[in-house]
Amino acid sequence: MAVDGVDLATREGEFLVLLGPSGCGKTTLLRMIAGLEHQSAGDVLIGGKVVNDLPPRARKIAMVFQSYALYPHMTVAKNIAFPLKAQGVDSRTIPDRVQRAAAMFGIQRLLDRKPRQLSGGERQRVALARAMVREPDVFLLDEPLSNLDAKLRTMARDELQQFQRRMGTTTIYVTHDQVEAMGLGDRIAVMSQGKVRQLGRPQDVYYEPADTFVAGFLGSPPMNFFERGDLIAGFRPEQFLPKSAHEGTDPLITLWFHVHRIENLGASRLLYGNLRDVFQKEKVIANVPSTMHLHITPGSAYEFAIKDKDVKYFDRATGLRADAKPFWDGR
Amino acid sequence: MRASANIEAARAPSKAERRSRLADNEQWLGRAMLAPAIVYIIALVGLPFLLALAYSVTNVTVGNTDVRFVGLENFVDALHNPTFLRSLRNTFLFAFISQGLVIVLASFLAAALQKDFRGKWLVRLLILLPWVAPISLGTIGWLWIFEPIYSVINWTLRSIHVFGPNTWPIWLGQANLALASVITVHVWRLLPLATVIVLGGFSSIPQDIHDAASVDGAGFWRRHFQITVPLVLPIMLVAMLFGLIFAFTDMIVIYVLTRGGPYDTTQVLASLAFFTGIEGGNLAGGAAYALFLFPLLAASAVFLLRVARRAEVV
Repeated sequence: MAVDGVDLATREGEFLVLLGPSGCGKTTLLRMIAGLEHQSAGDVLIGGKVVNDLPPRARKIAMVFQSYALYPHMTVAKNIAFPLKAQGVDSRTIPDRVQRAAAMFGIQRLLDRKPRQLSGGERQRVALARAMVREPDVFLLDEPLSNLDAKLRTMARDELQQFQRRMGTTTIYVTHDQVEAMGLGDRIAVMSQGKVRQLGRPQDVYYEPADTFVAGFLGSPPMNFFERGDLIAGFRPEQFLPKSAHEGTDPLITLWFHVHRIENLGASRLLYGNLRDVFQKEKVIANVPSTMHLHITPGSAYEFAIKDKDVKYFDRATGLRADAKPFWDGR
Repeated sequence: MRASANIEAARAPSKAERRSRLADNEQWLGRAMLAPAIVYIIALVGLPFLLALAYSVTNVTVGNTDVRFVGLENFVDALHNPTFLRSLRNTFLFAFISQGLVIVLASFLAAALQKDFRGKWLVRLLILLPWVAPISLGTIGWLWIFEPIYSVINWTLRSIHVFGPNTWPIWLGQANLALASVITVHVWRLLPLATVIVLGGFSSIPQDIHDAASVDGAGFWRRHFQITVPLVLPIMLVAMLFGLIFAFTDMIVIYVLTRGGPYDTTQVLASLAFFTGIEGGNLAGGAAYALFLFPLLAASAVFLLRVARRAEVV
């Protein structure tokens, strides 16, 4: 089963991201909403109306595919005009609407070209223009940025969000890239094995993960885990800093961090090592910003600390979030 | 002594080594692999073609020894020969009607075969069967189906009362029916290849494109005629080119079923050339008839390849 017991409701005008590893069912879920795939049970509602038996064309949705799926034998103008023609829009208004859609994405000068004469970024804009030209109720985007190179992707992400805010159209966006999800989503639904593991705002999903899957999937490098009796404790690498770097009055948990290796990533440094004394077998990563001055040499141990409130606890059997406990208990 | 033996060994590569070196040499390997095809084309297509060109401007027959150059006389004669003109007309009817039917039916079959259903493999096998069977044997089977007395079509239709007591078509003996029968068999025979080619074309279109069209609001017909057909057109044209050339040049179906009869109503240029040149012994006349096909085939090949290139996608 690709999608199992999913209960999701978007809010009007919301940017909802479906995030999960490949094969988690997020694209299948999107295709069910689009009507390209049929659910064996349950309802899909758009604008409060059950659309289970409606074909894709009657659902007032627009979709952008990962491959963009531009019609290769048509010019850009004809690609954008296609949904309008298919819906029987008055043909006199079509050129005007195509122009407006093209202007919105700055692709007016490409209107006479065929898709094969366009770059990846241009194709993506054409696909977006084709999707928005008919003013749908819902936008469905299936990894629309994954075929762009890294630099272009950052730019396209920004444009996409601005455009969505301007249009105010409810948008469901599928991605496996957590950076995209965190950056774009009003809310994120984290999916795994056909189930929604957590639905929440980006900061909630990141800092208050509902289970070990969400905690481990979000964040790069992922959360550090170690066993504490019946529980699994976890904290984010960027919250594990030299004790002297912590400010404020929050209670700290101090641990001796034996550093094996340092990886310099430019903006930050990753320190690989283990916790001496208490959890010798646990491998731990600390993520220290490069702006912080450090005198650390591999092979030595240092006093590191985490804020007590930043440690999250999960049930060892179910992986679900558990109540916080005093850290030094239950060892 | 030992040193010289080593040098000897280094100088003379073993047989296996030499073979592998030849296999690594792409220039020679390429030529060696092309050679059989080139020999075949020169010996069985090129030389007979040149021979036909030479024959067509002489008065050569099977019996005469006094061969003279006669210029374009054979071609002029052909254009004044009613049988030739009739064959020319039949060739076009035969080729275009059968190709039209083949393309339409192949599109339907390919569209049906794209869907998944139980027993699909059996349907595929049955559709491919005419292509696998030897043409002459398959056609002999049709000869029995069209038999004037025992025709299974007539007996079946009479027993279910579609045919009244006075209806008894002679499929291969009545002028229009004969041409229709010949076309039917030809369609039956070419359909599998065309279906496979069109099916290949259909499956080369990414599913995303179909999905995008569905979401964009296109119904079945719009999807089919504005998306699918334009995208498979180049491939369909290739199927059509093959089919047309087959239809223009093939005479096995006609030879087995009607021998061009009745009264030359199913005679095509290929069969006429054969009956005139080989069976009738008029080599020069037969060659001239056959060569009428050449510009036609060359033109259609060039035309279709150009259209195919222009329609090329992605």
